[in-house]
Amino acid sequence: MRIPCPTCGDRDRREFYYVGDAQIINRPSPEASEDIWNDYLHNRDNPAGVTKDLWYHENGCNSWLVVTRNTTNHEVQHAELVTKLKGDGS
Amino acid sequence: MRFSGLKILKEGLTGNKGWTNHWRDPQPKQEYDILIIGGGGHGLSTAYYLAKNHGLKNIAVLEKGYLGGGNVGRNTTIVRANYFLPGNSEFYSHSLKLWEGLEHDLNYNVMHSQRGLINLFHSDGQRDAFARRGNAMINQGDDAILLDMEGVRDLLPYLDFEQVRFPIYGGLYHPRGGSARHDAVAWGYARGADTRGVDLIQNCEVTGIDISQGRVTGVQTTRGQISAKKVGIVVAGRSGQLAAMAGMRLPIESHVLQAFVTEGLKPCIDHVISFGMGHFYISQSDKGGLVFGGDLDFYASYAQRGNLPMKEHVMEAGMTLMPMIGKARVLRSWGGIMDMTPDGSPIIDKTDIEGLYIDCGWCYGGFKAVPASGYCFAHLLATDKHHEFASGFRLDRFKTGYGLIDEEGTGSQHNLH
Ligand SMILES: Cc1cc2nc3c(=O)[nH]c(=O)nc-3n(C[C@H](O)[C@H](O)[C@H](O)COP(=O)(O)OP(=O)(O)OC[C@H]3O[C@@H](n4cnc5c(N)ncnc54)[C@H](O)[C@@H]3O)c2cc1C
Ligand SMILES: [Zn+2]
Repeated sequence: MRIPCPTCGDRDRREFYYVGDAQIINRPSPEASEDIWNDYLHNRDNPAGVTKDLWYHENGCNSWLVVTRNTTNHEVQHAELVTKLKGDGS
Repeated sequence: MRFSGLKILKEGLTGNKGWTNHWRDPQPKQEYDILIIGGGGHGLSTAYYLAKNHGLKNIAVLEKGYLGGGNVGRNTTIVRANYFLPGNSEFYSHSLKLWEGLEHDLNYNVMHSQRGLINLFHSDGQRDAFARRGNAMINQGDDAILLDMEGVRDLLPYLDFEQVRFPIYGGLYHPRGGSARHDAVAWGYARGADTRGVDLIQNCEVTGIDISQGRVTGVQTTRGQISAKKVGIVVAGRSGQLAAMAGMRLPIESHVLQAFVTEGLKPCIDHVISFGMGHFYISQSDKGGLVFGGDLDFYASYAQRGNLPMKEHVMEAGMTLMPMIGKARVLRSWGGIMDMTPDGSPIIDKTDIEGLYIDCGWCYGGFKAVPASGYCFAHLLATDKHHEFASGFRLDRFKTGYGLIDEEGTGSQHNLH
């Protein structure tokens, strides 16, 4: 499995650390309810099919990436820098 | 049809013509009291204990493929009761006791073999942790023996004891641990449930869950609508999808776990060996194949096959621990889909929907749990009360933070187990 890092190009999966569903980049406000925090921290759509998840290019450019993948066949479709999705400084 | 030595002798002498099917192939009825979704180990044992312990009759198991075609037929069959935390300890202890009586109970040879499990350790700190775990096991009424290096050498002389990275200091020996023939467990429970009147319906995929005014009323399937008073979801790696049919999101991420088997060899590994530092474990099947595996591939997947990095990692760990296996040729590798929870422990609970229950989150350790999970889930389905041995496996523990069962002590977060 290779991940197309926007800065480094196609790189082997071994260079990346997997975090989980990309929902993790949308942190609720500290005041949000227990239900919202529970949903954010624990509950997952867990789709069989196309998903977006968060990876860290730890043996490369150290960027955080949102990767679009198909969970049923290991196909990696796309990778986007988190800084680009969220704007710098987020 | 009961199995016995006499029966085998008789059939052997008369051309084996008297064997009959182990279970019926019934048409689904219009309505059942209880529907179990998923014909894996846990679904089948649940149906069995519903019939046996609670005397219930009007039950069906709905399986989208064939019985035992999921993880129950794909795992590496380690059966043990070496858990540490309250919540887990009493549950797995109960499960091991059920295993010890299972063949008589089911009149089925599940080839349960208590050949002993050894968890290796490689530092003073790890020795302390294993001594503590062993004491917890003994307090629970199970068995544990702390072995030093020479003690391990007596049992496993073929390990590389002087390896530089992970020198072997000793091991925690669990003599009652071992393995079993995985699909025989599914078949034995299936036959036991069928004999007691449970309808086992294969090639029947659940595609929707009918809910009316907060109460479950039945399911939609590829073989039509079926009504039910109660529905239990027991689909392991597919739990998230069934939950979605009921409008729920679960604290579960599905991951692939791989396993490997070599060509058949003469007996050489007499125990189950776990080399935690290398994420590697191994045993030898009765056919002679070395059965071994490692860790998750570590990304969400439903592919039922893994990737090369974990294959390499497992082979390297095996070679580090016991260079002799380098001579064996790997015959096959495969993957199964694991329902991973944030704290690494399972869920046996009601849902917010009246009449809808769920048994899931078995991660990579649910084979040994098959007897007790069915036993306790049947209790919950039949009585609406949590069984005392499974009372900690609550769905809301993640939300409240109360009663988390983080056996590894790594934190309650996805991707840490
Ligand atoms: C490689 C590997 C090694 C493992 N090693 C061990 C081990 O050594 N020891 C141990 O204790 N555990 C081990 N496990 C874990 C263990 O196998 C699982 O935790 C356990 O089998 C899961 O429960 P089950 O048997 O009910 O699952 P399954 O057998 O997967 O049953 C679930 C069933 O639900 C069915 N289903 C899914 N969706 C639907 C639907 N919509 N409608 C109808 N039916 C549906 C599936 O077809 C499947 O048959 C291992 C797992 C793997 C993959
Ligand atoms: Zn990069």
